[in-house]
Amino acid sequence: MTVNTVISVRNLVKKFGNFTANDDLSFEVYEGEIFGFLGANGAGKTTAVRILSGLSEPTSGEVIVAGYNAKKQPEQIKKNIGYMCQKFSLYEDLTVKENIMLYGGIYGMKKALIRERTDLLLDKLNFRKYGERLIADLPLGLRQKLAFSVAVLHEPKIVFLDEPTSGVDPITRRQFWEMIYEAAGMGITVFVTTHYMDEAEYCDRISIMSEGKIVALDTPADLKRQYNAGSVEEVFVKIARPGNN
Amino acid sequence: MPDREITKAMKRFLGFVKKEFLHIFRDFRTLIILFGIPAAQILLFGYVVSNDIKNAGVAFLDLSKDEITQKISDKICSSGFFTRTENLLTYNDIDKVLRKSKTKAVFVFEKNFGHNLISEGKATLSIIADGSEPNMATLITNYATAIIADFNRELAGTMVSQNLIVQPEVRMFYNPALKGHFMFVPGVITLIMILICALMTSVTITREKEFGTMEVLLVSPLKPVQIILGKVTPYFLLSFINIIVILLLSWLVFGLPVKGNLFLLLAECMLYILMSLSLGILISIISKTMQQAIFISMIGMMLPTILLSGFIFPIENMPKIYGWISAVLPPRYFIVIIKNIMIKGTGFLYVWKETLILITFTLAFIGLSIRNFKIRLQ
Repeated sequence: MTVNTVISVRNLVKKFGNFTANDDLSFEVYEGEIFGFLGANGAGKTTAVRILSGLSEPTSGEVIVAGYNAKKQPEQIKKNIGYMCQKFSLYEDLTVKENIMLYGGIYGMKKALIRERTDLLLDKLNFRKYGERLIADLPLGLRQKLAFSVAVLHEPKIVFLDEPTSGVDPITRRQFWEMIYEAAGMGITVFVTTHYMDEAEYCDRISIMSEGKIVALDTPADLKRQYNAGSVEEVFVKIARPGNN
Repeated sequence: MPDREITKAMKRFLGFVKKEFLHIFRDFRTLIILFGIPAAQILLFGYVVSNDIKNAGVAFLDLSKDEITQKISDKICSSGFFTRTENLLTYNDIDKVLRKSKTKAVFVFEKNFGHNLISEGKATLSIIADGSEPNMATLITNYATAIIADFNRELAGTMVSQNLIVQPEVRMFYNPALKGHFMFVPGVITLIMILICALMTSVTITREKEFGTMEVLLVSPLKPVQIILGKVTPYFLLSFINIIVILLLSWLVFGLPVKGNLFLLLAECMLYILMSLSLGILISIISKTMQQAIFISMIGMMLPTILLSGFIFPIENMPKIYGWISAVLPPRYFIVIIKNIMIKGTGFLYVWKETLILITFTLAFIGLSIRNFKIRLQ
């Protein structure tokens, strides 16, 4: 066995009253891979991410993230993951450096280490001149890239990205995915939800959710072969509307 | 938890508090609400809403024009409270001159005033005040009556007349200003604390919810308790500084000392701040947006505090139903506490009941917040 499992989900069910948001999910995510979580809006992606990141309790089932049980040890999970949500997550009235300092501090990093990584990061993004600027003065694309860098600043085992690229232009999206690859190259497992089907092609493996259930899970290439489709988008349409074959 | 973990948690918390201070000091509007409004309120209430009158315009309709009426009108005008605007000739002029609104009252001496006073020991001076400004009108009549009473006394001293009645309690109307300040400082502190603590905290917490940063914070190793405490700590400190500034201002500008124990007063203020903060937290947990939080704080807390807490209108004179509403308003009890300690100089024995009620409110708000917070997180 050379692959390590970092997320393991068995029979996860999440109910809100009578509504079942996650219906008997089971899957595994391996160390260092980019795992895509696809589905239409309301398919239950965000609910699953919230459970995996310790924000929300599962109704039943076993969820192990980074070696910790999501029901019993959510605090331990939180220390080992990074998180970036749909909405923008940096403070607009703080400068770039202050934001980095804040999140680094929250994750218990030493000040010297934060400074060192801040310099590296600003250099890498060609951001040096923006260090003292307020986030409010930066264009959206830059902010989004910065938000991702902040989410992986403490080098978590896993980073959860909940629709990180919604509302971003194609060029920035492309650059964003390059950053994701780089993070994965460093050994950070990337768990990303999206409803852009072209992005799914960049993932190592994808799972497609529909109405709270996982209806397909494999590498993009294998899925295309199975469904005899030219792209993931086609696969998705075939799964979502099986009658149209 | 081992020591290292505790220091780590503390560092996280302090970093978070620092960020909260940055939010406050970077936002011009927040700063104005925090420091501008309290100072402005104190000065405003102190100078503008003062119960003192100075150079109020008055007119005279002297139908007698004798030595005594001359003396009385001179005395009125030389008191410093009144300035003569016009001398009228007929009753018809009264309405006209009052309408011009520069003149607040008209003094009318009856015909043969001096003659009547000396031969019958009694003469009539009518004071016609502009009732559209009821406070002003009452003040003017009170002041004028007092001046006349003073004149009566002089008269009694020289001419020995038994018919002249001097009313000694009129005297206190000469110095009502001090009393006015005493009334409003406790009220302003009560109001400001509700404004800053409840409104500001509820807005700052809902802002994080609305912007999506709350979710990132909840996913971080920060515990919900740390997040909430981190949000309210700066407001606790700033509110406390504010109270001290208000007390200093009212002492230095208006010469109002704290009669009772200063430490007891500050301790009670801290309790009240805590109560307001926990109310703010509760509001922020119930409301989804900033607008909702502002609405609840303003309509639900500010207005009732101004109108029903006994700050301006005495609770005893209210219709019963308002009295009942006022009973569930925490500021009402704090006003009693602070008035007792500041003005009457009483000790803890006289305010323990109200203190207990405030503690109960605080615990209830915290309890409700925790319950609702858990429901949300599900």
